[in-house]
Amino acid sequence: MNSQPAGDRSERLDGLNARARAMGQAWKPRLAVVADWMTTVDHKKIAILYFLSGMTFLLIAGMEGQLIRVQLAQSELRILDPNLYNQLFTMHGTTMVFFAGMPLIIAYFNFVVPLQIGARDVAFPRLNMFSWWLAVFGGLFLYASVPLGSMPDGGWFAYTPLTNREYSPGRGMDFYVLALLLAGVGTIAGGVNFVVTILNLRAPGMTFMRLPLFTWMALVVSILILLAFPPFTVGLLFLLFDRNFGTHFFDAAAGADPLLWQHLFWVFGHPEVYILVLPAFGIASEVIPTFSRKGLFGYPVVVFSGVLIAFLGFGVWAHHMFAVGMGPLANSVFAGATMLIAVPTGIKIFNWIATMWGGKLRFTTPMLWAIGLVSMFIIGGLSGVMHASPPTDLQQTDTYFIVAHFHYVLIGGLVFGLFAGLYYWFPKATGKMLSDKLGKWHFWLTLAAFNITFFPMHFSGLLGMPRRTFTYPSELGLDGFNLVSTIGAGLFTVAFVPLIVNLWKTLRNGEPAGANPWGAPTLEWSTGSPPPHYNFAVVPRVQRRDPLWHPWIRPEEEEAGDHEDAGPGGVEPRLQPEVAPEPVVMPSNSWWPMVMSIGMLIATVGGLGSLETTLVGAAITLVGLFGWAFEPAFRDGAGHL
Amino acid sequence: MSELAPVTGIRNRKLAMWTFIGSECMLFATLISTYMVYRGRNLIGPYPHELLNVPFITVTTFVLLMSSLCMVLALAAMQQGNRRQARFRLFLTAALGLVFLVGQFYEFNHFHHEGLGLSRNLFSSTFYILTGTHGAHVLGGVIWLSTLFLRLGSGPIDAERIETVEIAGLYWHFVDAVWIILFTLIYLLA
Amino acid sequence: MAAGHEHASTRFYVAIAVILAVLTALEVMVFFIEALRPVLTPLLLIMMAAKFFLVAAFFMHLRFDGRLLNVVFAWGLVVATGITLALMAVFGRFS
Ligand code: HEM
Repeated sequence: MNSQPAGDRSERLDGLNARARAMGQAWKPRLAVVADWMTTVDHKKIAILYFLSGMTFLLIAGMEGQLIRVQLAQSELRILDPNLYNQLFTMHGTTMVFFAGMPLIIAYFNFVVPLQIGARDVAFPRLNMFSWWLAVFGGLFLYASVPLGSMPDGGWFAYTPLTNREYSPGRGMDFYVLALLLAGVGTIAGGVNFVVTILNLRAPGMTFMRLPLFTWMALVVSILILLAFPPFTVGLLFLLFDRNFGTHFFDAAAGADPLLWQHLFWVFGHPEVYILVLPAFGIASEVIPTFSRKGLFGYPVVVFSGVLIAFLGFGVWAHHMFAVGMGPLANSVFAGATMLIAVPTGIKIFNWIATMWGGKLRFTTPMLWAIGLVSMFIIGGLSGVMHASPPTDLQQTDTYFIVAHFHYVLIGGLVFGLFAGLYYWFPKATGKMLSDKLGKWHFWLTLAAFNITFFPMHFSGLLGMPRRTFTYPSELGLDGFNLVSTIGAGLFTVAFVPLIVNLWKTLRNGEPAGANPWGAPTLEWSTGSPPPHYNFAVVPRVQRRDPLWHPWIRPEEEEAGDHEDAGPGGVEPRLQPEVAPEPVVMPSNSWWPMVMSIGMLIATVGGLGSLETTLVGAAITLVGLFGWAFEPAFRDGAGHL
Repeated sequence: MSELAPVTGIRNRKLAMWTFIGSECMLFATLISTYMVYRGRNLIGPYPHELLNVPFITVTTFVLLMSSLCMVLALAAMQQGNRRQARFRLFLTAALGLVFLVGQFYEFNHFHHEGLGLSRNLFSSTFYILTGTHGAHVLGGVIWLSTLFLRLGSGPIDAERIETVEIAGLYWHFVDAVWIILFTLIYLLA
Repeated sequence: MAAGHEHASTRFYVAIAVILAVLTALEVMVFFIEALRPVLTPLLLIMMAAKFFLVAAFFMHLRFDGRLLNVVFAWGLVVATGITLALMAVFGRFS
């Protein structure tokens, strides 16, 4: 175009217009892609969105953790200002739990659950997207406090009266309260969505005793979410009002008891830790049988102990509060309940071990992570049973022993489980196999970094290293342990490199995966990798707990009676046909979830002190709600084949 | 939603509403617990027994109860395909809900005049937040029912719409049931 | 389910509403009778529970609906009641 001699003015204008048009056209498809992702209702895409947002926050919070470790590398360092230190551990804990951990487990629910139960999507696809928007907006809102220089600094459990206006006069705790209120709404919506999905959208024949373990845990966790988040919401509401509207819920001077906050928080907080760890157990219960080529040992017992944990999980909250002086009776009751809940947890561990016993083990990357999970969780579980006893806990509470304990369950349990799931289901999601070699590097390096960081904390903690304190005197003699911990924290960064390289290389030119690369037994492996938009060309009929380890039976054949039982691995499972025999109608994309969540975000911003903003936000929310309610889920011409 | 019949035989939206109601139980339980834990720990006046007006609140309680009756009858009319009656009863439900809200507004206003601002004492904090949360639920219900009333002016009365009214009804009755508890715990056991 | 038949007749619902109204009237009467002071709390709680279950069972159709819905509701209700009682106990409201 440039080489053409310029003619008169109008000709040049034409040329410019043509170029602008061409540019516009180049952008259009890209814009369309962005718009598609912003309005999508496909559970597989929403899963990817959840995964990316959760991973981003995991990295940020991980860096915060490393900064904390830098400050603690030696005694009496002054790298971080004490105030900043408080802000960092608060942001680290809050982000990890609410904006990394929760979104990541929900990413897995989203991707795996509909595929495992033979459904084409979740029960409420638009609600699903709404939950994601709120999770992201909640995180962004929390981090808006960073440029404003007023990050929350009251710890992730925000104990009153420390977090009352009087002792936390800055804006920080308001960011905490509002961000978690906002995200909490989305989380509860997600809980409703998954309960209904799992109860209602199971393929014919998928009875409760045939439900894959991961889906079982997703159901249990969704119930926990539904029952645990409301008390937290109420507690946050009280705190919001105490801080901004002068109420007295946690004001001892008005006759209130600030301890109430601790109770409300842990009524939520303890189930919350099960919310985080049970999905990881679910992943282990998928991965271990697959790579042992053996059905899960004692399946009903594992299911039952999961349900029992969900129920008992509400009766142990005060073991986080042994030191506050509840009295011997309350302490004993809660200690007893806590030791009781260790029983179903232990049962699960024995079942995994028994599954591997005598199996045809294949030590693939996902299997390594799962075995890592079992062994690391045992360590975290054992230290947990130790401070289930109040006298012991009085020695250990608020020391690094506790920090070691909960990182063994959160990293050793949750994060290891998430990585096991990532290597396991990545081929299903993308159609490409991650490199096993790099995956193993990732595993061994992480295992090393993790233990180097957190194992010494058991000792430094027992020797008196205080938690949530920006430094310690050199007379404590803890410099050695702390230095090791800090070096380990740095190693986490190194351990991450193989993962990034692996993802990068695999996404560019990884080996194609095929429908069932691991020879796994559950339904998600019967459809394409990546699965088509509608997941299943024909709705599967389930007759067993591990359908793909048996010949897959079609309705006609069942009626004709010409099928036979074959043991595990006996006959190649039949896969889904390439094309759907009949047109499949899928729900259409929608802007309304986004509109509504933007409205709620604006209303939340107004919560920082502007009633007008809140009202504007509420109005937008209402518009979004009505737009959503009046928009048919399936619209003309939106059917897919 | 999906073209398959749900395995449980209960349609998605209805199951979702019940699930949500299960969750709401915890919301109100927490608010009620707080009220009960703090009862009688108020340090400065006005105190509950000086303000709470049982005869007045009995009337609004009765109003809310009658709105629940209208609601269940509106659903019955929907199921018989009687549009006029269904609309009238929906309207009545929402209107009675509104009367309840006006009563609550009057009550709050009166308390305020008696010196019980939101930030006055422990009683004001717990009382306003607990009954206010309930009131917000009633308000949401009134808006929902009014929308249903307006939308029912045209279009067929099909299974989908009957179900919508049924679900709105579940929500409405639940909010009424919560009030039954609040009425006893706050006003009668004061 | 949603479509088709009516669960019960209009008269039936009106009867339930009358019972609810009568119970409410009783509650208020009990409240004003001096002589009943010692047993006031249990009396009121029993009537409250009765009203709550009448609404749930008949207005919300739990009596006629699937068992699953009862389980869903009961789970929430049991945990909620348990937490309430436990919190009151922890704060010494029963001693
Ligand atoms: C790079 C890896 C990590 C490092 C180096 C790290 C480091 C730390 C340290 C040193 C503390 C204690 C701060 C103090 O008490 O002074 C801490 C607290 C905490 N961490 Fe981590 N952590 C890591 C990963 C995680 C993960 C994956 C989770 C959860 C999913 C998590 C959740 C928490 C929580 C909840 C707290 C408590 C915060 C508080 O006391 O309010 N951390 N972390």
